[in-house]
Amino acid sequence: MSSLLQGRWWSWGFRSTVILYFMVLIIFPILGIYGQSLSSGWAAFTDNIVEPLAWKAVLLTVKLAVIATIINMLIGTMSAWVLIRYRFPGRRLLNSMVDLPFALPTAVAGLMILLLLGPHSFVGEWAERLGFTILFHQPAIVIAMVFVTFPFVIRAVQPLLEEMDASEEEAAYTLGATKAATFWKVILPNMLPGILSGAMLAFSRALAEFGAVVLVAGNIPGKTLIASVYIFGEIESDNTIGATAVSVLLLTFSFLILWTVNYVQMRRKNG
Amino acid sequence: MHIEVRGLNKKFGDFQAVTDVGFEIEKGQLIGLLGPSGGGKTSILRMLAGLESVDEGDILFHGKRVNDLPPQERGIGFVFQNYALFKHMTVADNIAFGLEVKKWTKPKIKERVAELVELTGLSGFEKRYPHQLSGGQRQRVAFARALAPEPQLLLLDEPFAAIDAKIRHELRSWLREMIDRLGITSIFVTHDQDEAIEVADQIMIINKGRLEQKGTPWEIYKNPQSPFVAGFIGESTIVEDVSSLRGFGNVSDWPGTKALIRPEYVEVGKSSDFELLSATETGHVRHVHFRGSEWLVEIEVGSTKLVTYRSLEKEILHPGDEVQVLIHRAYLFNDNDSWVMENKLKVDPMPVHI
Repeated sequence: MSSLLQGRWWSWGFRSTVILYFMVLIIFPILGIYGQSLSSGWAAFTDNIVEPLAWKAVLLTVKLAVIATIINMLIGTMSAWVLIRYRFPGRRLLNSMVDLPFALPTAVAGLMILLLLGPHSFVGEWAERLGFTILFHQPAIVIAMVFVTFPFVIRAVQPLLEEMDASEEEAAYTLGATKAATFWKVILPNMLPGILSGAMLAFSRALAEFGAVVLVAGNIPGKTLIASVYIFGEIESDNTIGATAVSVLLLTFSFLILWTVNYVQMRRKNG
Repeated sequence: MHIEVRGLNKKFGDFQAVTDVGFEIEKGQLIGLLGPSGGGKTSILRMLAGLESVDEGDILFHGKRVNDLPPQERGIGFVFQNYALFKHMTVADNIAFGLEVKKWTKPKIKERVAELVELTGLSGFEKRYPHQLSGGQRQRVAFARALAPEPQLLLLDEPFAAIDAKIRHELRSWLREMIDRLGITSIFVTHDQDEAIEVADQIMIINKGRLEQKGTPWEIYKNPQSPFVAGFIGESTIVEDVSSLRGFGNVSDWPGTKALIRPEYVEVGKSSDFELLSATETGHVRHVHFRGSEWLVEIEVGSTKLVTYRSLEKEILHPGDEVQVLIHRAYLFNDNDSWVMENKLKVDPMPVHI
C-alpha cells in the first residue's frame, strides 16, 4: 500500500516537474512574445507588420529559406544515399562529419563562409570573373542557410534507407522493373517521408538562422536584410513592438511547420 | 519451363556456398530444395532468379543459357522469405506492379489483378496496405504479385517460415493445389522436412553446398544414398556398435561401419508378441513420452539406446519394464559405402511345418 502511494507520488512529482519546466522554458516566453507584440494595441502591431522593410525582410527570408530547403532536399537525399549504399574509405568519418553544422557555433560557420567566398578568395574571384558577387548578396545567405541546415534531410532519410529491405528492390527486379523504375516507384516512395520531414525542419531552421547569415549577408535593408537580423536591428534601435511583430510572424510560421511535420510523421506511422 | 543446371559453383569471399550442383527439372514439377540452414539452398534459388551471379557452371531455361540475363528478363516469379511487399502500395497496386512496368494496358491490368485477387482469396482486401494484413494474407499477396506477369518459373524462398504452425498447414495445401491448377514449374526452399515431403513432387537434399540426393520423397526415405540424407529425413538414432545387436552380427565383417536406425524399424513388446523370439533382444524401457497420437518409447538394449513409437491401443509401458525388442532393419554406412540391411534372424532358420 505504502509503496503504491509512493509510486503515485513519484510519478505525480515527475510529471509536475516536467510540465513546470516546459511552461517556464517554452510556453511563457512564447506567450510573452505574443502578448508583447499586442501590448500597444492591434493598430501598432499591424503598423509594424505593414512597414515595407519588415515584410520585405520576412518575404526575403521565406524565399531564401525555400531555395535553401530545396537544395538540401536534393543534396541531402543524395548524401544519405551515398553514405548508406556505398562502401568507401572514409565513409564513417564523412558520416560523423554530417553533424558538424549542428555542433559548430553558427558565427563560426558564418566566418568560414566569409573567408571562403570573400572577394580575395579563390571562389570569390572566380565568381567575380563570371560577373556576379556572392558575398553580401543573396547567394551568400542561401549558402549560409544550406550549411547550417545540411544535416536535417540526411539524418531523416538515413534510417529509412537503412531499414529498407534489399529484397523489396530485388522483388521489383524480378517483376521486370528496370533500375530506374525501381528507384522511382519503390525506393523514392520509401524515402519520401524522411525527405519531407527533414525538409520541414531544415526550412524552419533556415527561417530562424541568425549567426551564420549576419556575417555574410551585408544586411542591406530591403535587399539582403533577413527577418532575424531585422529583429536584432529593431531591438538595437529600441523598437520592441517592431521586433515582436516580426517575431510573431516567424513564430507562427514555425508552429505551422512543426505541426505539419508531426502530421506527416503521424500519417506515416498510421498509414 | 524445363530447367537444367550444370556444374554450378558459387563463392562468397572464402566461403564456398555452392559446389558442383547439377540437376534437371521437368516442366510443371514442384521441387523442394531441402537442407539445413546455411547449406546453400537460397544461393541456388537466387542464382536461378539472377539475383546472384554464377561463378562457374551453366543455368539453362528451355535449353537456352541464361547466366548473363538479368532477373528482369528471365521470366520468373520470386516469393521472398519476408514477402518483400511494397509497403507504400495497396494490395491491388502490389499485384499490378509487374504489369505496370511491363506496360500492360489499364483494362488488362485491372482484369488480371481481379483474377489474381479472386484466385488467392483476397477479395475485399484490395485497398489494404501490407501492414494491415495477417502473415498468411501477406504471403498470398506475395504469391499473387509474383504470378501476375505470368512467369514460367516460380521460385519461393522459405515461403512458410514466418507463418504460425496452424495456418502453415492450410497454406501448404493451398499452394500445392494452386500450383497444380496453374501447371507452373516451381521450386521452393525449405529446412522443414515435413513441408518438403508433404508438398513437393521431388526433393533435392542440399547440404554444405552440395546436392546430396534428388528424388521423390518416398524414394529418398526408402533409399537414402548418403548418411546425411538418411539422418536428415525422418527420425533416427545412430548406433556405433551395431554388430552386438542380434540379427546384425555379420556387420563386423565391415570394420568401421555404423548403423542408423529409425523408430519405425524397431518393435517392442512382451515375449508373447513375437513369433521368433530368437530375433529379438531383451531391453529395458528408459522413458515413455506422450506424443499426442502415440507413445515415444526410449529403450536400452545392453549399452545401445533406441527409440520407437508405440500405439496408444497397446498396453502402456513404464520405465524399467523389461521388453523384447525386434530391430527389423538398419541403414548401415561407413566411409565408402552405405546400404540397408534386414535383420538376418527374422526369417525362420528352421521352419517347422505342421
